[in-house]
Amino acid sequence: MAATETFVGRSVLRKEDPELLTGRGRYTDDLSVPGMLWMAVVRSPFAHARIRGVDVTRALAVPGVVAAFAGSDFRWAGPLLMAWPVTEDLKNPPHYPLATDVARYQGDGVAVVVAESRGAAMDGAEAVQVDYDPLPAVTDVEAALAEGAPLVHEDLGTNESFTWSLTNGDVDAVFASAPIRIEERYRIQRQVPNAIEPRAILVEPNIATGQFTMWDSTQVPHVVRTAMALATGISESKLRIIAPRVGGGFGSKLQVYPEEALALELARRLGRPIKWTETRSENFLATHHGRDQVQRMELAADERGKIVGFRAHILANMGAYLRIISPGTPVLGAFLYCGAYTGEAYQVTLTGVFTNTTPVDAYRGAGRPEATNAIERAIDALARRVGKDPVEIRRINFMPPFTEATPSIGGLTIDSGDYHATLDKAIELFDLEQLRKEQRARRERGDVRQIGIGLSTYLENCGWGPSRVIGNVLRYAGGGWEAATVRCHPTGKVVLVVGTTPHGQGSETAYAQVVADELGIAVDDVDVLFGDTDVAPSGWDTYGSRGAAVGTPAVHRAARRVREKARAIAAHELEVAEDDLEWSDGAFRVRGAPDQARTIPQIAFSAWTGHNLPDGVEPGLEASSFFDPENLVFPYGAHICAVEVDTETGATRVLRYVAVDDVGTVINPMLVEGQVIGGVVQGIAEALYEEALYDESGNLVTSSMQAYGLPGPPEAPTIITGSHVTPSTTNELGIKGVGETGTIASPPAVLNAIVDALSPLGVTEIERPATPEKVWRAIQRAKGERA
Amino acid sequence: MTRISLTVNGQRREADVEPRTLLVYFLREHLGLTGTNVGCDTSTCGACTVHLDGESVKSCTLLAVQADGREVTTIEALARDGELHPLQEAFRRNHALQCGYCTPGMVMAAASLLRERPNPTEEEVREGLEGNLCRCTGYQNIVKAVLDAAASGARV
Ligand code: FES
Ligand code: FES
Repeated sequence: MAATETFVGRSVLRKEDPELLTGRGRYTDDLSVPGMLWMAVVRSPFAHARIRGVDVTRALAVPGVVAAFAGSDFRWAGPLLMAWPVTEDLKNPPHYPLATDVARYQGDGVAVVVAESRGAAMDGAEAVQVDYDPLPAVTDVEAALAEGAPLVHEDLGTNESFTWSLTNGDVDAVFASAPIRIEERYRIQRQVPNAIEPRAILVEPNIATGQFTMWDSTQVPHVVRTAMALATGISESKLRIIAPRVGGGFGSKLQVYPEEALALELARRLGRPIKWTETRSENFLATHHGRDQVQRMELAADERGKIVGFRAHILANMGAYLRIISPGTPVLGAFLYCGAYTGEAYQVTLTGVFTNTTPVDAYRGAGRPEATNAIERAIDALARRVGKDPVEIRRINFMPPFTEATPSIGGLTIDSGDYHATLDKAIELFDLEQLRKEQRARRERGDVRQIGIGLSTYLENCGWGPSRVIGNVLRYAGGGWEAATVRCHPTGKVVLVVGTTPHGQGSETAYAQVVADELGIAVDDVDVLFGDTDVAPSGWDTYGSRGAAVGTPAVHRAARRVREKARAIAAHELEVAEDDLEWSDGAFRVRGAPDQARTIPQIAFSAWTGHNLPDGVEPGLEASSFFDPENLVFPYGAHICAVEVDTETGATRVLRYVAVDDVGTVINPMLVEGQVIGGVVQGIAEALYEEALYDESGNLVTSSMQAYGLPGPPEAPTIITGSHVTPSTTNELGIKGVGETGTIASPPAVLNAIVDALSPLGVTEIERPATPEKVWRAIQRAKGERA
Repeated sequence: MTRISLTVNGQRREADVEPRTLLVYFLREHLGLTGTNVGCDTSTCGACTVHLDGESVKSCTLLAVQADGREVTTIEALARDGELHPLQEAFRRNHALQCGYCTPGMVMAAASLLRERPNPTEEEVREGLEGNLCRCTGYQNIVKAVLDAAASGARV
């Protein structure tokens, strides 16, 4: 029977949930195989130290320990993959899985122990003796560039890895002639992604065939497979990488990690399965960090506050090594220092800097939260300077509404947008009038608790592609396409195989909705397979909000191809011309005689038996698509929040938060809202609480969830969401992306609100994260300056 | 090795465990009950939450030997006869999970919260789940799900 129900656009409950809710989801650490050994990594306690010697004798004496090796005991076929050399002359010292002569950050691996149990491996690791000669360390980007700074990689003679720049228009002339110029400085503190599932790896070798299966808590099994082949010399055809259920990534698991190569190499060397699961304490040191920039943001404008020029100078902390896309992370934001605004000239200069810290790479938003912080904070500063309201200054600077791709001053060609529309809607949902009234009342009576209102009208770019542009123009080593296969079983049940690797987004459900509508079947009749390089051999995985924007068009095209093949068979069976058929109500129907129909399950059965196929049509009902987008996609929106600030203690509280986003066509509103809320709360935590803080000698001070400031249920505010849709012109479905909008938009909204609350006291800037102590200090400083 | 005997999900279990074995690893690695997760080593995240004699505890903060003679319930025993528990239903209905890693602990903590306070306020739910961290959802839908389960009056 034909399904009359359609699914796209509806909040279909998740296919993923039943197993995850009942504890039946299998994450990597849930798996074991017979004969498995445990691996533990010995890590440098020093941020910078020469390794004089590694002695594993005592470790080998620990009961249960099977083997122990120093870094120098390995010969790698190649270093860990770094896939984004953003400039031709970028300095990229090779990064091998273990340090051999110098440890360059606290947590850098120096030796590895393998044992019969988790406990024995850890005991063994403790027993390894490493003779360190501590060296001076540098953790801060500006200090690292200063004359005489300790060198992270001595042979480079500098801590600068690269400088990348982009200029559009005559920036110097525009700045020289503008009546208003402002220059702001921001520090984007370092973040620890903190997916709640720590990383885990299990490698099983087959010594007879030379094949290896690696279960891995990763966002990128396809990338890991290639990278492992390069690091170990084992051919890709012998490597099967499986990402089972993955407990969150936020970019931290799009990496290629030392432990993956080590576990694989040890499985080969010892001929036994190897398991490794990170502890949370290790996660703080050994899983890549995010953000960490020092920004100088300049705007040139006329007296009314109409911006003519943007100039940003960014120092980006790379940590001790360039990891998979470390240098590209700031580049992902490099076109967005103009936000959604127009201008005449634009310039961004990014300098990547080595320091003795954990490598920095993509963290939810990757480069775009940093850029958004700079422009959205600076436009508020400009508003104060020219005496305009933050809403008004944004309105006079927005690009006008457009439905066809339009160039921006930042060098992008933007798919579609109506920036006024999201702002209008956000103001309405927020009830700006009412809150401004409340704010005035508190100001007038000199309330201890002041209210501030902050805006962020962000624009971002995601859905990485097209391959030839990201490869040839931006020098990225990988591709930006995505793959899908739709396969009909004889009974009409469908298997969808995708090259993305969802890990919480709910993509299984969203993709199944698209396939179900395309084929006139139920969501429950679509099974989605992914995250296994043998099952889904082609694809570029999930990160950068690409699951919906790049993955869905591939899914849609594959399903459409299946339907087109089915049309030929249906016409043949119904003895009409293909043109006489129309697709309606979930079936091919003869025009004018809708009861004469064939459903996809019926055709699937015919295609399987092959008894009565038209000439030239092959049996089977299956099709694939490789979709390479023509452009990026450009979500945007307006976030407004009200923050209450206790002017005596510096404590803050988000009173009201409204997020209105345009993420293009929405497949499943429930999933979109979930992404927005989760991202916004993560971004609010970035603005208010979270910081990876190093002391002068390079010890990570905030090295536990508590010290770091991960928010719990009481800290998280309620987020009110709204949407506006201008379909993307990049793909036929009109989809933009939603995975990162929340963390991109929210930090400047919160910080702008705090500054607004305190502006009557003379506060003009607040450092991130705006902890009570920092807020209190800012108030005292302003008071001091006034006195 | 120490011999312990306890009831897990209604079944009597006897085992020899190393005295240093944490309850969470006993459940996961000795009994194969991998639904209970481990997210930290500082008793912060609550991913390991189970019920011990009906009260929620972080199973990474207890030794297996401390559960000797007692009754443990894990996420695996919450759904009965192929039917999701009302709280699990409410989590699904309200999209209260994304990656699902915090979920078993969150559901167990919420179940014991509702047992103590069948009709909590939003603030009480937030305070009650204070020891459980989620990085994906921003908590909003988790709180909504718990309130929804309470409102539906289902026995938890
Ligand atoms: S594992 Fe984090 S509290 Fe138990
Ligand atoms: S759903 Fe991912 S940590 Fe809670």
